[in-house]
Amino acid sequence: MGFFDRFAVPHPNPAIYASMVAIGLTVIAIVAGLTYFKKWGYLWREWLTTVDHKRIGIMYLISALLMLFRGGADAIMMRAQLAVPDNTLLDAQHYNEIFTTHGVVMIIFMAMPFIMALMNFVVPLQIGARDVAFPRLNALSFWLFFMGAMLFNISFVIGGSPDAGWTSYFPLAGNEFSQSVGTNYYMIAIQIAGIGTLMTGINFITTILKMRAPGMTLMKMPMFTWSSLITNVIIVFAFPVLTVALAMGTLDRLFGTNFFTTDNGGMDMLWANLFWVWGHPEVYILILPAFGIYSEVISTFARRNLYGYKSMVASMVVISVFSFLVWAHHFFTMGQGAVANSIFSITTMAIAIPTGVKIFNWLFTLWKGKIVITTPMLYALLFIPLFTIGGVTGVMLGMSAADYQYHNTMFLVAHFHMVIIPGVVFAMLAGLTYYWPKMFGFMLNERIGKITAWTIAIGTLLAFMPMFFSGLDGQARRMYTYSASTGFGVWNMISFIGALGLAAGFVLIVYNIYHSIRYASRDIGSDPWDARTLEWATHSPVPAYNFAVVPQVDSIEAFWDAKKKGHILFKGEYEKIHMPNNSGVPFIMSCIFFVWGFSFVFSMWIPVIISTIGIFACMALRSFEEDHGHYISVEKIEETETKLRGVS
Amino acid sequence: MSELFPRKQVMGFLFSLLLTAVALAVYFFDMSYAAGMTILLVTAFVQAGLQLVVFMHAGETKDKGAIYTNVYYGVFIALVTIFGTLLCMIWGYV
Repeated sequence: MGFFDRFAVPHPNPAIYASMVAIGLTVIAIVAGLTYFKKWGYLWREWLTTVDHKRIGIMYLISALLMLFRGGADAIMMRAQLAVPDNTLLDAQHYNEIFTTHGVVMIIFMAMPFIMALMNFVVPLQIGARDVAFPRLNALSFWLFFMGAMLFNISFVIGGSPDAGWTSYFPLAGNEFSQSVGTNYYMIAIQIAGIGTLMTGINFITTILKMRAPGMTLMKMPMFTWSSLITNVIIVFAFPVLTVALAMGTLDRLFGTNFFTTDNGGMDMLWANLFWVWGHPEVYILILPAFGIYSEVISTFARRNLYGYKSMVASMVVISVFSFLVWAHHFFTMGQGAVANSIFSITTMAIAIPTGVKIFNWLFTLWKGKIVITTPMLYALLFIPLFTIGGVTGVMLGMSAADYQYHNTMFLVAHFHMVIIPGVVFAMLAGLTYYWPKMFGFMLNERIGKITAWTIAIGTLLAFMPMFFSGLDGQARRMYTYSASTGFGVWNMISFIGALGLAAGFVLIVYNIYHSIRYASRDIGSDPWDARTLEWATHSPVPAYNFAVVPQVDSIEAFWDAKKKGHILFKGEYEKIHMPNNSGVPFIMSCIFFVWGFSFVFSMWIPVIISTIGIFACMALRSFEEDHGHYISVEKIEETETKLRGVS
Repeated sequence: MSELFPRKQVMGFLFSLLLTAVALAVYFFDMSYAAGMTILLVTAFVQAGLQLVVFMHAGETKDKGAIYTNVYYGVFIALVTIFGTLLCMIWGYV
């Protein structure tokens, strides 16, 4: 094979060539645009080198939205292929690649950055901090994630996409059955992004434990901060397993080891085991911040404090422990005996208890509350019934004996989409709408927002409810076509229509952003929702130093007390503020990581060695660098504060 | 003078050397695989605990509670992962 042959796409078709052209044109357009408007310096100074948690949060948000559309395009192609029996829109190989990338992109490159976006933006504000504990590490986390995502996304135009499913089970993912470099992309891109996530975990645990405003004890933290703390603890304990599993998989594929092979002492099922040891906690890494958002939104718009604060915290702690005890329910049919399956069945069902506690706490918060139905609240209210459908079908799947019937059918696919879309996606969209004014200083249009919420909710039901039925009728997941005599056609057609509805909903979000940028009022003050927690106590948009004076806290809802009960939040005079300096090292180091990853995928060892040296050089540079940050002077703070106050 | 002498650290260091010597004994003496493995595992975990407490000062700040909670949580997760994996892959596999 010639040097350049391996970069060719193994299964080319017109859509891929069109994508190549589109990617090329987009890159040219971005470069030309930046040059024409002379924005290179701005981009470098304000974004690429920033260590500000708010800007990093916004960059996570933009990446997440981009990836949502990338994964969404995959979803539409899949549903279009299955819409009618014996369809030939996609061939089997192309379909395999699409469901693989859809899964990976949606979980790791859409849902994860979306929760990272909200955590980055909100947590330091909620605890009254000026930034996270390690701002530069935070920038490195983001750029590693971003480069991992980009590496994964170029796979379909250079060398071929992974095609062994998002779970990438061996031996299918081994060299024997996956000969293209696709699975190498999977192993290495996720590895790079995963290192970034692990760093975020450490960073946020430290931030939340060490940098809270005076008076804010652990049991006075807002619920989103609590959920972030628990989430990051899970990240720190779960992600190392993924790191090790991916490293072993990479060694198997590139260096001929036998961890997951079927001979020479290898154990192929060990991959499935390790993957889910990480994979199940990952589900809770996604859902707990979502629950945190719902807690904030429901309490704000029910106009009362959250019911059962302590039981909310306790249930999250219990979930974080249980999340590590249930992983084998993902492979009940792999051959364990009744004892092992029963144990994991029982732990699985036990998780429904703390989750139920949370659901009832939200319902009791709504009970006798003065409910205001805004867009974020609408998402939260739609979440409760829809998520419950996903939840109860989860209990069905959790019964190991019955699982033999559902396993690997569309029933399973319907279940986890009904969990993740109302659970995570609705929460993220609620959070997006809720925190938008804090991020950008204007609100998203409420009317369009509500239409979007209904469109997405109805789209979700239409797209995924039919899968429960076709799954029980025997439609297997990941099957690229079926014959008319199976009778699956009608269900899949309904699903396709639902998918179009979802697509319409996501287009509406973009339209809403465009519409609001053009027409929304900028005169909204700093607390447009009449909210209860500290992030609303500072200006919108938030100044670089977050709070001119560090707030004093003495209750769970200090800001609410400040508004209603005369609690004085900001005591004392302005003092100069110590802030971290910007740095280009995280961005450059991550670029080197991209080259490293790309070279690894194609086994080009000389660039691998050179870029490895580059990575260590960046770390050495940081070790020997003297950087004590900078101070913002009192005059500068006064000037900024007057300007921000002057708007309203 | 006695309060300046780092008694705890010196004792810790000696104990740590002792543990290393015991672990090395597995190489020099002829014993069964199970016995050797048991000695290695026990000495390794005691050694790790010693390092954490004596030389990494786990219990000496006001973060004591958070640090030990994290350690216990980590130990719990690790044990569950290992024994759960053994249960799935070997003991419970039919």
